[in-house]
Amino acid sequence: MVHISVDTERCVGAGQCVLSAPDVFDQDDSGIVLVLEEPADEPGREAARQAGLICPSQAITVKES
Amino acid sequence: MTTTDRCPVAFPLRRPGQSFPPPEYQDFRKQDGLVRTTLPSGVHVWLVTRHEDVRTVLTDPRISSNPSHPGFPRAAKTGGVPSQDEVPGWFVALDPPEHGRFRKTLIPEFTVRKVREMRPAIQQIVDERIDAMLAAGNTADLIADFALSVPSLVISSLLGVPNADRDFFETKTRVLVTLTSTDEQRQAASMALLRYLNRLITIKQKRPGDDLISQLLAEGTLSKQELSGVSMLLLIAGHETTANNIGLGVVTLLSNPRWIGDERAVEELLRYYSVADLVAFRVAVEDVEIGGQLIKAGEGIIPLVAAANHDGTVFDRPDEFDPSRSARSHVAFGYGVHQCLGQNLVRVEMDIAYRTLFERIPTLELAVPVEELPLKYDGVLYGLHALPVRW
Ligand code: HEM
Ligand code: SF4
Repeated sequence: MVHISVDTERCVGAGQCVLSAPDVFDQDDSGIVLVLEEPADEPGREAARQAGLICPSQAITVKES
Repeated sequence: MTTTDRCPVAFPLRRPGQSFPPPEYQDFRKQDGLVRTTLPSGVHVWLVTRHEDVRTVLTDPRISSNPSHPGFPRAAKTGGVPSQDEVPGWFVALDPPEHGRFRKTLIPEFTVRKVREMRPAIQQIVDERIDAMLAAGNTADLIADFALSVPSLVISSLLGVPNADRDFFETKTRVLVTLTSTDEQRQAASMALLRYLNRLITIKQKRPGDDLISQLLAEGTLSKQELSGVSMLLLIAGHETTANNIGLGVVTLLSNPRWIGDERAVEELLRYYSVADLVAFRVAVEDVEIGGQLIKAGEGIIPLVAAANHDGTVFDRPDEFDPSRSARSHVAFGYGVHQCLGQNLVRVEMDIAYRTLFERIPTLELAVPVEELPLKYDGVLYGLHALPVRW
């Protein structure tokens, strides 16, 4: 399992997370990240981790549990 | 250009034609610490080439984007990018927290979803350019007739800048992105652009249109002066960069046709060419250690995104064009709070441009040998001056 948290203060709205893991992340009307749902399978978790690594503002934390 | 004893590396490095980026980058990445060089302006700077170090530079709060700090590296003799003092609203040259106000105002317009909604309009622009090329015969300069006109029409229609003025803003932009332009030329070009946009905004205040400038005017969070600067930044950033990448990508796809139409090709082309290698300039405002090198407050730093994107510790066989790799961690759009605002727009423009071009002109080929393509050696951006093709 993973737990995903996002720091909406840090987010700069580049949308990289939405491209990497569209089932997990979205951008709200102001362009800021929001978590749709935690990924249920391994490919989804891997995509979320990837998003965490490439997010330019380091706004995504993926905690493994 | 002169070099002194202390600076062994002439800069910018000559770009070696098709084998991109400069082979020296490989040595720089292996070197302990960072490489020191001198710009044509005589200013010393540190070159950052490892992927990890580039990301660190672009996120460290002790490192600034603001050219009004002493020691800020400038590409031309003494000129270079405008600063916030010269052009209010030029937020790429602002640090947090001031930068955030501008960025927050704009990101709703550049989200993945918003850009997806622009697809039909972009498709129409691309189709019309191809119609025009086909109507004109069986040869074209793919830079002027396609690679430049598509992003230029996209950003101008988004902003509400009349198409009729394309020649004007493309010419002024070219002055700003040419390394050999003099200070006077730069100053004149940016003032002309600002005056032009100021006038346009005054017109839109009276007669708003269905465009971004009119919308930002209605929102009222930016002053008129700031809005001119923001519009200028979007207009400039929005066309030359994308044009260069589209042009180079066509050359690569012509010799790698199996990747035509594959979305992954776009991301790999962004990584591979990293056209904005000389775009993100910085200065240390406090002493800071990067990659084992002490950088003193007031020293300039150039994170070379093309070098980072060809770092073999992050990308296997980095100098090969291979869209099957996972290229997403590239820094072709920079990193940190300034990471390209237009990146999703770029991805869509490139995807539609390549798909449509090769679908509608399947017999497209180069009209000159690849070695004869005129590469830009005088540009802030990597690219081609012209791309003669036939079909
Ligand atoms: C292939 C095309 C492009 C490339 C390679 C590119 C590259 C970059 C890079 C490297 C930066 C970071 C600069 C820095 O950190 O100092 C940047 C910032 C920026 N780009 Fe792009 N860009 C491209 C196209 C566009 C387009 C089409 C737009 C139009 C909307 C645009 C608008 C911007 C803006 C407004 C910034 C400043 C963002 C900020 O400071 O928050 N770019 N771009
Ligand atoms: S990738 Fe990071 S900065 Fe970009 S939208 Fe997602 S959380 Fe925000």
